[in-house]
Amino acid sequence: MNYNWNWGIFREPNPEGSGTYLDLLLMGLNWTLATAALAAVIALVFGATIGVIRTLPSRGLVLAGDAWVEFFRNIPLLVQLFLWYFVLPELLPKAAGMWLKTLPNASFWTGAIGVGLFMSSRVAEQVKAGIRSLPRGQAMAGTALGLTTAQTYRYVLLPMAFRIILPPLTSELLNTVKNTSVALTIGLMELTARTRAMQEYSFQVFEAFTAATLIYLVLNASLTFLMRRLERAVAVPGYVTGK
Amino acid sequence: MLQFDFDIILKTLPYLLREGMVFTLTLTALAAFGGLVLGTLLALMRLSTIPGLALFATGYVNLMRSLPLVLVIFWFYFLVPYIGQAILRTERPVEVGAFASALITFTLFEAAYFSEIMRAGIQSVPKGQLSAGYALGLTYRQVMSYVVVPQALRNMLPVILTQTIVLFQDTSLVYVISITDFLGAASKVAQRDGRLIEMYLFAALVYFLISFLASLLVKRLQARTAIIR
Amino acid sequence: MKLLGIAVALLALPGLASAQDLTGTLKKIKETGTITLGHRESSVPFSYIDNNAKVIGYSMDICGKIVEAAKAELKMDKLDVRLLPVTSSTRIPLIANGTIDLECGSTTNNAERQKQVAYTNTHFLTASAFVSKKAKNLKKIEDLKGKTVVSTAGSTNMKQVVEANAAKGLGMTVLPAKDHAAAFLLVELDRADAFIMDDILLAGLVASAKDPGLYQMSDEAFSLPEPYGIMLRKDDAPFKALADRTTAALFKSPEGEALYRKWFMSPIPPNGINLNVPLNAMLRKMLEKPTDSADPAAY
Repeated sequence: MNYNWNWGIFREPNPEGSGTYLDLLLMGLNWTLATAALAAVIALVFGATIGVIRTLPSRGLVLAGDAWVEFFRNIPLLVQLFLWYFVLPELLPKAAGMWLKTLPNASFWTGAIGVGLFMSSRVAEQVKAGIRSLPRGQAMAGTALGLTTAQTYRYVLLPMAFRIILPPLTSELLNTVKNTSVALTIGLMELTARTRAMQEYSFQVFEAFTAATLIYLVLNASLTFLMRRLERAVAVPGYVTGK
Repeated sequence: MLQFDFDIILKTLPYLLREGMVFTLTLTALAAFGGLVLGTLLALMRLSTIPGLALFATGYVNLMRSLPLVLVIFWFYFLVPYIGQAILRTERPVEVGAFASALITFTLFEAAYFSEIMRAGIQSVPKGQLSAGYALGLTYRQVMSYVVVPQALRNMLPVILTQTIVLFQDTSLVYVISITDFLGAASKVAQRDGRLIEMYLFAALVYFLISFLASLLVKRLQARTAIIR
Repeated sequence: MKLLGIAVALLALPGLASAQDLTGTLKKIKETGTITLGHRESSVPFSYIDNNAKVIGYSMDICGKIVEAAKAELKMDKLDVRLLPVTSSTRIPLIANGTIDLECGSTTNNAERQKQVAYTNTHFLTASAFVSKKAKNLKKIEDLKGKTVVSTAGSTNMKQVVEANAAKGLGMTVLPAKDHAAAFLLVELDRADAFIMDDILLAGLVASAKDPGLYQMSDEAFSLPEPYGIMLRKDDAPFKALADRTTAALFKSPEGEALYRKWFMSPIPPNGINLNVPLNAMLRKMLEKPTDSADPAAY
């Protein structure tokens, strides 16, 4: 193989003056984590809200919720990010558009919100499925106890539904982490982008990619482990996930 | 700034479709097929009693599912020629074109996801059917290819198709290596003619319509298969 | 053109032998009947896409000569030329892994890159500068303090910018862009204040912009003029010798200067704008005494 291996590259200084090449990748990891964290919160808040809305008796609300899910689910994430980053500021009034464009860390905010909204459609699907999977008697019992619809959701349906959908939510969380890499196309210097920068500065393609692969593997394994702990901690004894 | 020029879409439509959409759809179809075949094999390996096979398949699936597609696209674009060299034992890296490289990447990547679907599908076939097959004197291969896999495929068809729609959207990521798929073609026109808004909105609309209509079809199919069962 | 091909073939005659004796890229070309050229999409006027989606440019023309020479040397009746778009970030790995055989673009030849790839004779020299909107009044490197700037990922310019940013404490936010057009777009949309790139490419981008009058070039350069070369695989002496011979013969002949005039001193597609970069002493020397040196001081 016509390639000069150099595993020592990680200890060499990077041209950005921010330490070694390993530091460069770890800085990328930080941005990946920050973006994924914000995106996950957005996905969870919007996903839960839309998911609940789609199980309500109001036809109008259900339709609105469906529209949300279909919109964010049927356009590729990359195209959605382009819409937010390139198209949206041009459609706004000039002053607002300029404000958006000159926002510090615009790629981070756009990336996190874009990935968050994209993932919210998937979370909404899970939440809806979780609520639907509960026996009808539970909602009826809530009503019989004199709870309002909001209280029934808050105290009866959602606590159970979230426990049931925790495993699929875990994989959506992992997807959120992975999807942040798409934001490199709008200039976010997350892990994959830094990996490429390392390749471009040092020409050590395969060392850089190997390191990124290992970091993603460790990240994935740790998140999976934490989520399993969470599943066990909140499990209801004798119920589906309780063992 | 706000002067829409939707003529640009009409003018460039032949280019967008011929250069871009054909690439996107061909890549989607071939990668879905390849990914499904490879994914089924991986699922069978995972469920097999030979420990080495199961371990390999599990490792492969977990590895692929841990990595962002963007990273995998770069990996393979640079690595596949060397893999080819190692497998074919040629004296130089094997030249792999852009399309072939993308096809290999998506096939290998999607296989991990299809294998999870097929594993669930195979496990959904009652054990009794296997025993019945063996009782009839069928070999493992025959039981799998005539009894189990066809049913798994049918049970899982809606999920497989939904995953294919995801794959269709994911192919847009070849943008990162400057291959001209539908989005790549649209973004080239957008940059060349300074028609960003029109082209990106149009691209979004096209992806939306295709994915949305396809998912409606999947839902109808799901309803029909549900009745048969 | 034909004469040149024959001349090259004659020069190569002593070394000419059957396919078994060929090595490297020449062997590959002979065996597969194809050659793959990596090209750029927005390196005006070196390698870019015109309005008919055709790849054109100064570097493409030079590569055309090398392809002809290879075809003649290998005595092939037919040689398929495949084109593959590359970016600043993908071009070096793609040369190394055999996906492309020649990179016909605007690649700076430097000592560091020569550890990975080889270059044929220099076909242009350019310094790193920046372009911005006139309204922003940015002329010197100092003016970029605290600004958001963009450069193309994988370019030497990108590396120079981040190095200068650290060394001079400029506190710039440096955005990477996939290619030159995408980078220029960020300036056009006011997402970035300036685009740092080779001055000739910036001139080409401004010339093909919607409103060229909006932009201005910096007064100060980030680097000395650096050589551009067509890239090929490292450790492939026969192919490099062929490329060197062909380009040297081209540059020294009147055709070399004519080719230069065609792309740098005449109206070029897509907008018919003339870049008007006359042959200065340095460029003239480059044509008269072809060299593949990576050292800017050699020119």
